[in-house]
Formats: sequence, structure tokens, C-alpha cells
Amino acid sequence: MTRPERAVRRAPRSRHARLLTTTDKVVVVLMVTIPALVVVGLVWLPAIATVLLSFSDWNGIGDLGDINFIGGQNYVDLATNYPPFEPAMRHNLVWLVVFFFGPTLLGIFLAALLDRELRGSKIYQSIFFLPVVLSLALIGFIWQLIYSRDQGLLNTVLGTEVDWFGDPDINLWAVLVAAGWRHTGYIMLLYLAGLKAVDPALREAAAVDGAGEVRTFVQVIWPVMRPVNIIILVITVIESLRAFDIVWVINKGRNGLELISTLVTQNVIGEASRVGFGSALATIMIAISTVFIAIYLIQVMREQR
Amino acid sequence: MTVVGQGRSRRPARVVLRVFLTVMAVGWLFPVAWAVYNSLRDYDFTSTHGYFSFGGFTLDNYVEAWTRGNFGRTFYNSAVITIPSVVITLLLASCAAFVLARFSFKFNLLLLAVFTAANLLPQQALLVPLFRMFLNIEVPYWFSDSGTLYDTYYAVIAVNIAFQTGFCTFVLSNYMKTIPKEMTEAALVDGAGVVRQFWQVVLPLCRPALAALATLQITWVYNDFFWAVAFMRTGDKFPVTSSLQNLRGQFFTDYNLLSAGSVIVAIPTLVIFFVLQRHLRAGLTLGATKG
Repeated sequence: MTRPERAVRRAPRSRHARLLTTTDKVVVVLMVTIPALVVVGLVWLPAIATVLLSFSDWNGIGDLGDINFIGGQNYVDLATNYPPFEPAMRHNLVWLVVFFFGPTLLGIFLAALLDRELRGSKIYQSIFFLPVVLSLALIGFIWQLIYSRDQGLLNTVLGTEVDWFGDPDINLWAVLVAAGWRHTGYIMLLYLAGLKAVDPALREAAAVDGAGEVRTFVQVIWPVMRPVNIIILVITVIESLRAFDIVWVINKGRNGLELISTLVTQNVIGEASRVGFGSALATIMIAISTVFIAIYLIQVMREQR
Repeated sequence: MTVVGQGRSRRPARVVLRVFLTVMAVGWLFPVAWAVYNSLRDYDFTSTHGYFSFGGFTLDNYVEAWTRGNFGRTFYNSAVITIPSVVITLLLASCAAFVLARFSFKFNLLLLAVFTAANLLPQQALLVPLFRMFLNIEVPYWFSDSGTLYDTYYAVIAVNIAFQTGFCTFVLSNYMKTIPKEMTEAALVDGAGVVRQFWQVVLPLCRPALAALATLQITWVYNDFFWAVAFMRTGDKFPVTSSLQNLRGQFFTDYNLLSAGSVIVAIPTLVIFFVLQRHLRAGLTLGATKG
């Protein structure tokens, strides 16, 4: 928006504000501060507290005054003296890479295929969307029927005796197939919504120039979809980092399925109750997600203006 | 001539597309169909003939899964958590969105960012302080039989509200910005205060967005598993997903029973999927894209 337009828009707003009575002003302030306090108090302050606690050796017992701050010791311990840490980082990274090159790209591909005049397009969309309404915990259970060692479908068909969810060499991949089943539909849906908003004139112009469908998509559609592409990338990263439920219902994140999220949970709600240590793990999650939340916000707020 | 030629070269591509999509769709439905199919079969039949067989149909698995999984109780728990969470989330979010969309402060954009980003943080990022806080806040025993907020519905509801309000505020404020200013200004001229403008003018106009968000939030909160794991200890307060864990034996699992349990857990979200899919999709896409 250009500057003069903004100035014009601002003028009636201030007049609007002046028409408010005192009661109205109080109401307006309450309407925004109560929700803000809830969000800040139960989301942002705990997140900050997590970062602070990560520099302490608190074990959850005693008053807050008893907390000793020990600098970066928890982080040193994480890196040098905590065997599950390295696999968990690796698994989260594998999760991200697989999600990106598998379900995310497949979702985009399906969206591109379905965003056209095609009989039954809506039915296909619904089918690919179906797993999105199921929780990842439930998906873990449903796929057990396929992956189980003794009675699972996969072993019956292949004639093998593999424990797909149990064998530490393959269970991560088996879980990724199940989780990707859901992620694909989610990405397809978001991308379809983006494609619907693309100006049809662009396609027509490309068709007039004699561009084929593939070239039209790569050279014309993909660049205009930049905002949606960024949002989908961020969602893929955040979802990969947040992955928890499916692994927790399978084996609480052990034996080949370690993830940072499960390590945090084990350290905090388990018997050990290593608060400082668990906070350090959670802080790593906060640090990674902050980068991508910032990318997301910049993208979204740019559209706001 | 060229048109005919084009049509001819396109036809095989169409067939390939159709075949590809159909194969994918069948593969996509398969896990759910497999669960439904086996949930309807007798355990003795499948253990002698294998799962890769036909026959032995029965509804007994559902009856047994319902009682063994204690589904009556867990569905009640899920409802007690989901309904207040969604109602309060939407109420708080529409209040905040109304102010952010209608009035301009210096820190409007910052506030919107604070709301929007809250939903993107990993849940584990909040776990440590919230867990300790709920354990240490003492409440009267008539309020909670543990004497603290830990292991109560309130803890799970409060966190769900805080976590979801941000996302809903963002979606609703975008929606409210599309409502013409003249609508509220007309009400203002009639002498309506802020509350009446909000309640009688803006909110009714937001019905489509509210319906979409309500559908989406019911699905999300119902599906949530982490907050219950984190803040609950007593078995009879857990939501439905935990029923499935009851059905899974330590050394032996009856997969027909587990299938029936899975289908029972999925039914509410499947009903939403079939009846309210339009709202669900609107809710998901409203947040990520405009319109």
C-alpha cells in the first residue's frame, strides 16, 4: 500500500476512537488484555522460564529460591554424557528430511494434479485428506495392524518376520510412512487452497505462449506460490520437531525411536525429574522453532500490511 | 486438425493420471479399511485362517472393546475437556480479534505476532514450568482431589485454551478485517456501545469463520494426547486415546479388539470428516492462506 492511502485510512480511525465512552474504553482494553494475559502467562512465560531453568540444576524439589544456576553445564552434559541425545537429534533430522522430500513434495504434487478440471477431483481430495482428521496417536495404533510381527499384514504378504515398530534399524522408517500418510493430505490441502487463489489469467497466458502443463507449473505457478511455499516449509519443520504422539504410543520413544520431544517428556514427568536437564533439551527445541516461527511471522505479517 | 492431434496426445496422459490417482487413493484408504474390516471379525477365525482371509464376521469386538477400554468413561472425559476448551478459546479469540481488527494501536502488529506464534511453539517447550506450576498450585480439596491443579481437567483445559487462542485470534482478526467498517459505524451512530457492536454486529457476521474454527478445534482438542499425558496421572481422567492402551496387552495383543477400539476412537472425527468437511478444510486453510 502506498503512503498517501495509509494516511487517508488512519484519519477516520482516530475519529472512531474518540467516539468511545469511558466504559467502552475499559471494555476494549479488557477484551484484548485478558486473552493476551492467558497466552502470555501460559505460553510465553513458561517458554522463557524453560530457557532460564535450562541453566539451573533444579531437580524439582524445594522452593524456587533454592535453584542454583550452573551456567551451560546442562548443555555440556547433553553433548558429552547423555547417550540418547545424539540419536534423538539425528532422528529428528531424518524426520525432517524424509517429511520434506516425501510427504511434503507428494502433497504438492497431488495438489497440482487435483487442481484442474477432473471428474471426481473432490472425491480424491477427500480421500487424501481423510488421515488428517485422525490423531497421530491413533495412527500409531491403526498401523500396528499392518506392522505387527506375528499377525501384521506386511509380514503376511512379504513372508517375512520383521518387527517393523520394534526393530531399531527400521522402526523410524516404518513410523515415518505412517506419519507421512497424514502429513501428505495436510500439505495437499494447504497447497490446493493456495492454487485456487492463483489468477487464472496467468495460466491462460502461459497456455497462449504454448507452455506445457509442467512448464507452466514450474515457471509460472511455483514462483507466484512463494508465500504458500514458505508457510508449507515452516509447517513441515515445526511438525517434524513436534513429532511425539505416534512414537510415545509405540514405545515411549526408546529403542530406535528417540526424539528430542520424547527425551524432554521422559526427563520431566518420569521418576528422575531432571528439571534443568529436560529444560536444556526443550530449549534446543525452542531455539530451532524460533527461527522458523520468525520466518513464518515475517511472511504472514507482510501479507497483513 | 491441430486440435484433434492435441486431443489424441492428451488422452494417454489422462489415463495415466486417472490410474495413478486411483491407485494412490486405494492405497490411502487401505489402512482405515483394513482396521474396519478386521474389527468386524472373530479372533478365533483370524487366528486359524490368518488375517489374509474372508469370513468370521461378528460385532462382538465392539462390545468387548467398549467395556474393556472403559470407553464410556473416557468419552466423558474427552467431552469434559473438549467442550469448555473450544468454547472459551473461541470466546477469548474473538474478543482479541475484534479489538485487533477494529482499533489501531501502535503495537497492533506485535500483539498479533504474539498471538500467532504461540500456537507454533513445540508443546514440550512449555512442559517443564507448567508441570511444576500445576504441581505447586494448591487448591481446596473440593476443587480437586489431588489438592493441586495437577491431575485435574482444569489444567488440561487451561493449557489447551492458551495454546489454541493464538491461532484462532489470527484467523478471526483476518476475517473481521474483511467486514466493512460501515457496519459497525452504523451501529455506533445508533448509539451502540462496543459490547453491542461486538456481540450483535460483528460476531453474527463471523459465523462462517467461527463454524470453521469450532470444527477444527474440536478435532484438535479431541485428538490431543500430549497434555493429558503430561498433566494427568489418574487413569479414570484420561481421554479416549488412553482406552486403546488398555486394550493392548503386555505380552499379547488381540488385534481384532484393538481395531474395534481404534474405530471407536476415530468415529467422532470421522463423523466430522463426513458431515463437516467443508468447515474443517476452511478452518485449516484460513490460517495458512488468505481466503
